Amino acid sequence: MKITTKLWIGIVMLIVLSPLGLLLPKHFKAGVAWGEWSSDELYKLIGYVPKGLEKLSSLWRAPIPEYVFGDCKERGLAQLSLAYIVSAGLGIVVVILLVWFIGRMLIKK
Amino acid sequence: MHIPDGYLGPVTCGFFYAIMLPIELAASKMVKKTLKAKQVPILAIGAAFSFVIMMFNLPIPGGSTGHAVGGVLVAILLGPWAACIAITVALVVQALLFGDGGITALGANCFNMAFILPFTGYYIYRIAGYRAETGSVRKIFAAGAAGYIGMNLAALLTGIEFGLQPLLHHTATGQALYCPYGLNITLPTMLGEHLLIFGWVEAIVTALVIKYLLKISPELLEEAHR
Repeated sequence: MKITTKLWIGIVMLIVLSPLGLLLPKHFKAGVAWGEWSSDELYKLIGYVPKGLEKLSSLWRAPIPEYVFGDCKERGLAQLSLAYIVSAGLGIVVVILLVWFIGRMLIKK
Repeated sequence: MHIPDGYLGPVTCGFFYAIMLPIELAASKMVKKTLKAKQVPILAIGAAFSFVIMMFNLPIPGGSTGHAVGGVLVAILLGPWAACIAITVALVVQALLFGDGGITALGANCFNMAFILPFTGYYIYRIAGYRAETGSVRKIFAAGAAGYIGMNLAALLTGIEFGLQPLLHHTATGQALYCPYGLNITLPTMLGEHLLIFGWVEAIVTALVIKYLLKISPELLEEAHR
């Protein structure tokens, strides 16, 4: 088997396992990464939302915030995990297309 | 380590965009010189790996979470310039599509994770693994040390960027406008988390994968260092 094929299989395995990145923190009752709180979470921490932060934080609305789309958030861990896998797969397809595009531009002179 | 929108003020955001632009241009020039058509799939695998490994959030029980970046591994495999491009692609997709890391903070996030982390890691690997035999313990150790130090340097910079905000921007009454925590909190937190936990995660990921690759495909690693 070609080495690249082996590595792609590894990537697919990581995609399938990606919900671990969601389930483990939930299990151990860990919150978000330090410094990555939403405005609400920050309000709970310091009692106010910094004015500039409030303005900038609503600047961009990502289509799939936090790798979970639609109303999967209210539907339990199984759906949440599935959303995570789909997001990982989708993200990687976009990443591959971008790299392919960059590669073409750079190599073609 | 993905700084969201709103935590860095305009000065910091602009500063890092201004720094990253020439770095990305230099990276594409360097890659243009060295990249062969058959290496594009490896570049894509590197970017995909970095993208997906960052989804593996690991918990500090009852506290916060963090994750490996995979960037040092990509740098060892592809060289630091190509790694810079691969990780940038991953960070751009994470920010635009998934809101993981801010748009305004993208320059800073790229500086920390797509520039400092792979470059530090790459050169530490080269120095610590200098003339070590393929597959030797020292070579694997060099990969682990590269992951650990690269990760912690990126965390240190993130801490500095966060912590400078209250000094740079505040209201007349002293209320913060962006990140509310100063260096006295951001530095120990970011460094502590990464020195104790997430640095080791990057070290283990880097060392294990390098060990595996040296075993099944040593030519892949030699190619990157020619």
